[in-house]
Amino acid sequence: MDELIELLEEIRPDVDFKAEESLVDGGILDSFDIITIVGEMKDKFGIEPSVEDIVPENFNSAKSMYELVQKYM
Amino acid sequence: MYVPIDATMPEERVQLILKTLNPFALLDARNAKSESSSETDSLIPVDGILDETKVNQELLDEVRANHIDVDPLYSIFTSGSTGVPKGVCICHRSVIDLVNSFEEAFAFEKGTVFGNQAPFDFDVSVKDIFNALNCCGCVDVIPKKCFTSPALLVKHLIYHKIDTIIWAVSAMRILADFDAFKSAEVLPRIKNAFFSGEVMPVKTMNYWRKYYPNTRFVNLYGPTEITCNCSYYIVDKDFGLDEKIPAGKPFKNTRMYLINDKNEFITEPNVIGEICVYGTSLALGYWNNKEKTAEAFASNPFISQYPATIYRTGDLGYYDAEGNFVYSSRKDFQIKHMGHRIELGEIENALNSLDIITIAVCIYDEDKERIVCFYQAAEERKKDIVMALSKKLPKYMWPNVYCRYDELPLNKNGKIDRTRLKKEWKKQNG
Repeated sequence: MDELIELLEEIRPDVDFKAEESLVDGGILDSFDIITIVGEMKDKFGIEPSVEDIVPENFNSAKSMYELVQKYM
Repeated sequence: MYVPIDATMPEERVQLILKTLNPFALLDARNAKSESSSETDSLIPVDGILDETKVNQELLDEVRANHIDVDPLYSIFTSGSTGVPKGVCICHRSVIDLVNSFEEAFAFEKGTVFGNQAPFDFDVSVKDIFNALNCCGCVDVIPKKCFTSPALLVKHLIYHKIDTIIWAVSAMRILADFDAFKSAEVLPRIKNAFFSGEVMPVKTMNYWRKYYPNTRFVNLYGPTEITCNCSYYIVDKDFGLDEKIPAGKPFKNTRMYLINDKNEFITEPNVIGEICVYGTSLALGYWNNKEKTAEAFASNPFISQYPATIYRTGDLGYYDAEGNFVYSSRKDFQIKHMGHRIELGEIENALNSLDIITIAVCIYDEDKERIVCFYQAAEERKKDIVMALSKKLPKYMWPNVYCRYDELPLNKNGKIDRTRLKKEWKKQNG
């Protein structure tokens, strides 16, 4: 989880990933961020989420992103 | 004249725009009232305005009777190298010309459903709005959220029966990069796909053409200053990965030139020159900015007998063997990043206004699509810089990478050596 938070903070240092729970629905993350995050997940964790999993629910919080990563690890 | 302003932009930038504009009225189209600012008092909520306002027919008649087609219709603000955004001011006649030339080239059917991707403060949306009005079509404003999820986007396109898209290249790439069509049970019925804003990668084009062999794909080229687009190229053949998709040939009633640095015509293929545009599509100029207007809207070097103005795009290009314009690069420090037109100077201006760093410059890594900031400071300040920039610049202008230097290298002229910084960056991250 720490590794994931670090990855996210590297991309968006202005966001409090430990607290936010409406990252996509609240418009904090945009399409470019999602592309970057998925790209970094690929590089750092060697996972490739399928297109069905690229949905707002899986990116709204660090917790849900962590679960997504776990699913593919 | 109307001017769309994205209210989610940092307050500081909104104020810069308002200061340049000195608007007659401010309409507020936000759903929820945001906390009060100095401007709140003069904001008129859009909600209910059509129902509640009585039509003043007399005044309306008078406005219409006195209206001429070179009156301004809209202004869209674009990044300015000195840190102040420039308002490109477009008149009615240019937009009438735009929809007429689109109609002539593409003959949109009545009832065409345009799937709007571009925000209204971005001139790509002008094509959705006015082409739809012209062909009795309809504009479906696709929620931003759909572009964070390819599966959602595909569903939206199908459900709303969108058949024509005029999108930024970066939006079309989202679907291709995630291979969104492979797992889709049904494909959206896209008849026309127009794209612009940056160079369309052949890989992305091939992906779309594989799933849509009968769709009309059109590469549109042109800066905001000539009313959206001046040339087009219908992609009706395959391109090799090392080939470029041309910017094509001018729309009807538009003339384009390639001009070398001696202000001479280039006519032969494969010789690089600046792309210049002449015709009714030219903007009236930059709102309240004589200096910048004079720089970009220059006199036509081929016409001396009467005043004639061309727009110097700052884009370098050449003719291919078929006489198509092909874009090659920029003359200056303007970049295209995720579909946004950005002056690196505007980012640097914002960075250098921060007292936590000594000095900073930015470069653009085209291959990695990253804005790289090199800054001089005694210690790592990335987070502080981003926090401070977020109050000054829209998010798409924030650098993606920060490299700290104890001292930034200088060139022979005593300026920060961008070429060397870019080279070093490329070497480490190539």
